[in-house]
Amino acid sequence: MFEFCTNPETLGNFQWLACYLTIGKQFAFYKSFGVVLILLAITAPTALAFGFGAASMARARFGPLRWFGKGYIAVVRGVPDIAFFLFFVIALDQAFEYLRHKALCPDWDQPIRQGNDFIVCQAAKLPLGNAPQWIHETYGFFLAVLTFSIVFGAFAANVLYGAMRAVPRAQLETAEAYGMTHRQTFWRILVPQMWVYALPGLSNLWMVLIKATPLLFLLGIEDIVYWARDLGSTKSPKFTAYPHGDWRIWYFLALLVFYLAFTKVSEVVLDKIMKRLTHGQATAGGEAQRKAAV
Amino acid sequence: MSCWETIADYAFRSIGFGERLLPRSDFTVCQQFVLIGSGMLWNIYFGLVALLSGFFFATVVALGKASSNVLLRKPSEWFIFIFRGSPLFIQFFFAYFLFLSLKSVAPFFSPFTSAWLGALVVLFLNTAAYTGEIFYGALLSIPKSDTEAADAYGFSGFSRFKKITWPTMLRLAWPAYTNEAIFLFHATTLVFFSGFPARQQKGDALYYASYFADKTFNPFIPYPILAGYFILLTLVVIGVFGWVNKRLNRHLPQEARRKLRIRPNLIR
Repeated sequence: MFEFCTNPETLGNFQWLACYLTIGKQFAFYKSFGVVLILLAITAPTALAFGFGAASMARARFGPLRWFGKGYIAVVRGVPDIAFFLFFVIALDQAFEYLRHKALCPDWDQPIRQGNDFIVCQAAKLPLGNAPQWIHETYGFFLAVLTFSIVFGAFAANVLYGAMRAVPRAQLETAEAYGMTHRQTFWRILVPQMWVYALPGLSNLWMVLIKATPLLFLLGIEDIVYWARDLGSTKSPKFTAYPHGDWRIWYFLALLVFYLAFTKVSEVVLDKIMKRLTHGQATAGGEAQRKAAV
Repeated sequence: MSCWETIADYAFRSIGFGERLLPRSDFTVCQQFVLIGSGMLWNIYFGLVALLSGFFFATVVALGKASSNVLLRKPSEWFIFIFRGSPLFIQFFFAYFLFLSLKSVAPFFSPFTSAWLGALVVLFLNTAAYTGEIFYGALLSIPKSDTEAADAYGFSGFSRFKKITWPTMLRLAWPAYTNEAIFLFHATTLVFFSGFPARQQKGDALYYASYFADKTFNPFIPYPILAGYFILLTLVVIGVFGWVNKRLNRHLPQEARRKLRIRPNLIR
């Protein structure tokens, strides 16, 4: 990157480090921080949407819809953690391939599960065997996002369901007295008021989501954990111009600091949002704000 | 091979007894049940030891954070922030590589690079931080009248802490602490995916479950088995903690007793 980097062996410590930190592979490491942020940026709204859908389903008057919503929340929340991540990625992949197999190769007569193998026809493979590398990576990332969204959607659903029930009943009764339909009451009265009750739970969920991002590594994505292990391991002078010993401890220290900083920033921002949302609300927090202002 | 033979061969495989080789082909459901169950021994070991030891350290940390002395408060606050603010997964990795480099300096640290001690230390510190925060919250919400009554009876210093403050803190913290315990058992599944090597394929329940899922390309059998084991474990934890909760609340009138609300969390 820098001009003085042409011959690393002659450099002083500081310059050596500057050159080392700007080689191509390091940029893959920096980019993977972006991957984490993108994952968060996509997963958070998707999970919120899933959660909103499931929460409104769990309130539905139509039986099967309600059972589905409640079942989804109960199953995902009741079963332990990363097992779900490992399970969903394979299960979703197989489900997609199975559906495509049924649609694209109707005259395939062999069973799909042959002993230990899962076999679908070539045209149903996801991604297609001849697809370029970036499609494989994007597909893997897409599966990861979907998995995160399903799992965190259930948690968000639980929070939103609680928030919907926390909206004072009198508000809904008033809406009904004004002749609003069930649908109108839901969209115009319930949904706008529930956010202040949901925010503490949702911000907690956001913190949990941040701390769940390193699990991307388990889903086979080349994320920060992957690169930290890869770049930090001992490099011999034979293969690189920048040989060094086992530096993984420093790379993981950097990750630790990154996450701590991210958590701290989120805490501060969420506090601000909470302050703004409670402004003028008939809750203990809003009351405290009113008293402080006087 | 009958299922009894499988049990004899693999029931204690995860701690190094029985058959040396894992099954490689013709996987039966029985094998999956037995091996994953065998791996649960590690989860129980990690969870139980970390929970018991972390409990006492958490009390110290909570008292430190509630203390008016800056020299006690600041370290406790930082300890809690560092372990609650970063992912456990990264903590495992960091600790493993830290112990690796320490090992090359002092041979004393060589047992720390294996999971049974190294991961245990991380889990101990982690649960101490989470529990410390719970206990700290409980310390703050001890009713003023309780401590005033203690003063009126002439309690002071350590005897006041032992007889009044600490039991009340535990009573208030217990529902949240139950969730933390469940949470910790779930977190133990991360150990063998985070640098700590599973020597001779001696791993925990998730290690074996993913082994089977990888070999059979069929996640629909091993992971539900794993989930079943964990639900059982969670029920046992709830049972034990519910019993303690009853004991802690036994002096209260019926309707004032606080019921346990189980809200397991996902990931730390």
